[in-house]
Amino acid sequence: MTMNSQGRPSAPAADKQAELPTISGDRGLDHEEKLIFELGRAGVSGVDLPDVAVSDVRLGGLRRRDAIGLPGLSEPEVVRHYVRLSRMNYAIDAGLYPLGSCTMKHNPRLNEKLARLPGFADLHPLAPLPASQGALALIAELSRWLTTLTGMPAVAMSPKAGAHGELCGILTIRAAVEARGEARTRVLVPESAHGTNPATAAFAGFTVDEVKATPEGRVDMASLKEKLGPDVAAFMLTNPNTCGLFERDVLEIADMIHAAGAYFYCDGANFNAIAGRVRPGDLGVDAMHINLHKTFSTPHGGGGPGAGPVVLSERLAAYAPLPLLVHDAKGFRLIEDESALPAGAKPFGRMSAFHGQMGMFVRALAYMLSHGRDGIRQASEDAVLSANYILASLKDVMSAPYEGPCMHEALFDDTFLHDTGVTTLDFAKAMIDEGYHPMTMYFPLVVHGAMLIEPTESESKESLDRFIQVLRAMALDAKARQRARFEGAPRLVPRRRLDETSASRKPVLRWKTPDLPKAAE
Amino acid sequence: MSETRFTDQHEWVRIDGDEGTVGITKYATEQLGDVVYVELPSVGKSLAKGAEAAVVESVKAASEVYAPIGGAVTTVNEALNADPATVNASPEGDGWFFKMKIADASEATKLMTAAAYADYVKGL
Amino acid sequence: MRYLPLAKDDRAAMLRKIGARDVDALFRDVPKAAAARVSDFDLPDMQGELEVERYLSRLAAKNVAAGDAPFFCGAGAYKHHVPAAVDHLIQRSEFLTSYTPYQPEISQGTLQCLFEFQTQVALITGMDVANASLYDGSTATAEAVLMAMRVTRRPKAILSGGLHPHYGETVRTVAHLHGEVVRAPVSPGRAEDVIALIDDQTACVVVQSPDVFGLIRDLKPIAEAAHAKGALLVAVVTEVVSLGLLEPPGHQGADIVAAEGQSIGNGLNFGGPYVGLFATRDKFVRQMPGRLCGETVDADGRRGYVLTLSTREQHIRREKATSNICTNSGLCALAFTIHLSLLGEEGLTRLARLNHARAAALADRLAKVKGVSAVTPAFFNEFTLRLPKPAAEVVDTLAAKGVIAGVPASRLMPSNAAVRDLLIVAATETTSDEDCTAFAAALTEVLS
Repeated sequence: MTMNSQGRPSAPAADKQAELPTISGDRGLDHEEKLIFELGRAGVSGVDLPDVAVSDVRLGGLRRRDAIGLPGLSEPEVVRHYVRLSRMNYAIDAGLYPLGSCTMKHNPRLNEKLARLPGFADLHPLAPLPASQGALALIAELSRWLTTLTGMPAVAMSPKAGAHGELCGILTIRAAVEARGEARTRVLVPESAHGTNPATAAFAGFTVDEVKATPEGRVDMASLKEKLGPDVAAFMLTNPNTCGLFERDVLEIADMIHAAGAYFYCDGANFNAIAGRVRPGDLGVDAMHINLHKTFSTPHGGGGPGAGPVVLSERLAAYAPLPLLVHDAKGFRLIEDESALPAGAKPFGRMSAFHGQMGMFVRALAYMLSHGRDGIRQASEDAVLSANYILASLKDVMSAPYEGPCMHEALFDDTFLHDTGVTTLDFAKAMIDEGYHPMTMYFPLVVHGAMLIEPTESESKESLDRFIQVLRAMALDAKARQRARFEGAPRLVPRRRLDETSASRKPVLRWKTPDLPKAAE
Repeated sequence: MSETRFTDQHEWVRIDGDEGTVGITKYATEQLGDVVYVELPSVGKSLAKGAEAAVVESVKAASEVYAPIGGAVTTVNEALNADPATVNASPEGDGWFFKMKIADASEATKLMTAAAYADYVKGL
Repeated sequence: MRYLPLAKDDRAAMLRKIGARDVDALFRDVPKAAAARVSDFDLPDMQGELEVERYLSRLAAKNVAAGDAPFFCGAGAYKHHVPAAVDHLIQRSEFLTSYTPYQPEISQGTLQCLFEFQTQVALITGMDVANASLYDGSTATAEAVLMAMRVTRRPKAILSGGLHPHYGETVRTVAHLHGEVVRAPVSPGRAEDVIALIDDQTACVVVQSPDVFGLIRDLKPIAEAAHAKGALLVAVVTEVVSLGLLEPPGHQGADIVAAEGQSIGNGLNFGGPYVGLFATRDKFVRQMPGRLCGETVDADGRRGYVLTLSTREQHIRREKATSNICTNSGLCALAFTIHLSLLGEEGLTRLARLNHARAAALADRLAKVKGVSAVTPAFFNEFTLRLPKPAAEVVDTLAAKGVIAGVPASRLMPSNAAVRDLLIVAATETTSDEDCTAFAAALTEVLS
């Protein structure tokens, strides 16, 4: 038993005490929290507004007749509600977040501060152009960074996330193919591709065909050669790929694609491994989206918003979507419509209402300026170094399907769990009890029971060593069939494993009052 | 006298004269896990052998169910909409998906018998 | 570099463990011809906080923020007051720096917020069910059209002339790959006859209310006509505060509602990030795009939340997914939810009335300016004026006088000569009497 300096036990004498249920249902700092609709009362609001009467004269006979059904709460109640909810989340600020392919790196707070400057945050997208010159200059400067870092001549800034950027890139390719008067209907993707790639190609009206992977986790050149043909519009390849490996045949791949008259789409989800060291333009890439929320660290925010600018090669630049940003003697100007296009521009359309994720642009540019070209390179190198360090430190107790070196993420499979009764899912859930967010599981699909670990450049060596120590001990426990910590994990969390089957069988997707009045029908 | 035949995509079809009853095998349900949703074909739809006939979903997977033989859909098992778990509980009984009027009974002869399918699954 | 924890010695020790001579050895799979050096990049080196802040603050200062001048722009993005608590709460690390809630045991905070968001969106739109958000209103509208084509298995979408032109273009860009997109003529201040365009190939009619000119549209007859032909009504809302005062689209027969949620909780941000709201009927839920959060129980039987019906989505369904979308607009949706929770029933209805009252007063005032006439008979917080000369010129002149007078219709439809003299003007609770006086005075001066 551990004794403190007063000679008293520093832990409760009996484990049973910890299991004693509390009267409130809360447990110390862990508070249970109802839904906002189960709180509050009529006639209370957290915002003070004058009660003005309005006539129906100019409402077209369409004034709302029924109550909306929202609860009324004061500001302190709302603040407490959301603070309590926040405490049920894991976050990169609180601990290592090794989600492979998701890139959970540190989010600098300077970037948050700058994005909130009124000149950016309180600027209307249709404000007169003379009143928006600083914002347009910022977009131009961010464009310069993106085109310089990628070695590509042009960039479309409006896509709002990675998948949206993919769609933009594929639609650009579609427009280029149509301009050539060709009927190319197929898009190739590797079988290890992320699901967005085939989904995007289908969304853009193409049929999808898979290219096989080699036992080394890379593109099977024979399979690619066989699948290429005069009806192929593009090959979509993630590089570094979804197994965390650099496609070493990439130049040959690009040549094969181009020789077949197709375009090389690169999924830039893993650009953070090579930024500052490799320019995709030098690899023969025609289009690549950049996840600003990954490589350039705009916060993930519990699932968005992201931003997905797309860099384009000379062959595709003319087809970039509206709006176009141009600079002339009068300053910056936006071309928002097809009526006054610059020479040669043939935009395929428009990705969204306005000019892109300005709030994310400010953050990403602040990140880039802070790092500089040397810091961006260093960040990529540290990310790759850290992933290889994890691979080297765990591969004797876990199982790595591919030889290193890896890029920014280390991939393991479930061979080491064979016959232990512990699954990849159990292993990952047990990490939660150890204070870690699990790694990406069961992706990529080409590896059985995949575990993809991306430490990023934001972790100190002490932090990596501790993580390695914990995972080693867990792997040894699993191999020794000491299953206690895996079965039913996690245990030390606000909620234990949730019943996803019943959630899908009988979906409950909103709160309802027990007796929702008929008038609301 | 009915006879049940199997496909390598793990569908089964029970043949009763010119009526075929189609479902997915126990092996398929074990691979899928808990079935949460079944999308059934519309009655009257005519299906060629091998055409996509239905979709079966678990929490993390969705699989197409292909018509083991050609024909027109005559009845669908509406009970699965209310309780998709029936597919797990009784894949080759109450968990059937749809019935069809068989267009060409000779197609069935190319499908596996129960014994052949058992061997096939053993080899997977 | 302040964001990088590894010291030189750490790197050396790690390389030793790996068995690599140097970091270049880890990049050995990169072809030599494609390896770039630092000097290959014509970009600056690293800078401290102070330098970065100074540079970006200078750029920000070159813009005229909405709060810096009498300000009347709308047309799809609206200036509202966002309570201080909203930004404070969304900046909590646990919300700001978490990922998509794929591990529900340690993401109940985000998940419960999404469940509340979905419920709020369903309530204000009058629909059965809403998703956990899409990118913005325009992309939500495009998704709604594609969904209607899937549900009806029909190829044609009819867009009202009052639909924001940028929304129309966003829809056309993706929907024309799957069918046909027909645009009804533009008729500012009047309801055009979209009903006549509906036929048995029509998947949906897309109608925005209030429309891009601010006109409140009666959706009921359009819904009835669409349903009679087996088509769906997609209702678009770009100003969601209007739902605090107006009959929601769900009570007028809409089958899908696509809306821009920026007005609640989110700043103007020069166009993004915003938050797309997407709501529909229960029967269409499996055809919906985007994430959904659902209620369930954990292993101990306690209520909890998970992402659900994921088989619709790209990571499982790949090329057969309902959409390629991965992200939602998580943090913007959270801001929406917190702001709407602060407002509550009373706050939202008061806010909506206040917006309408301000706009009505401003419309009355500006219509008295010589040469100006009102175009929009029924509106919420935005209306259109006809000026005696091109509106874009007037807006530029007024901007030079320090009044941001609104959006000239020609900015949205440059090739439509018929709208050249139209000015779209918005007023919200942030519009003061002094702002209105300054606008009226400056407009009088410019037009005299």
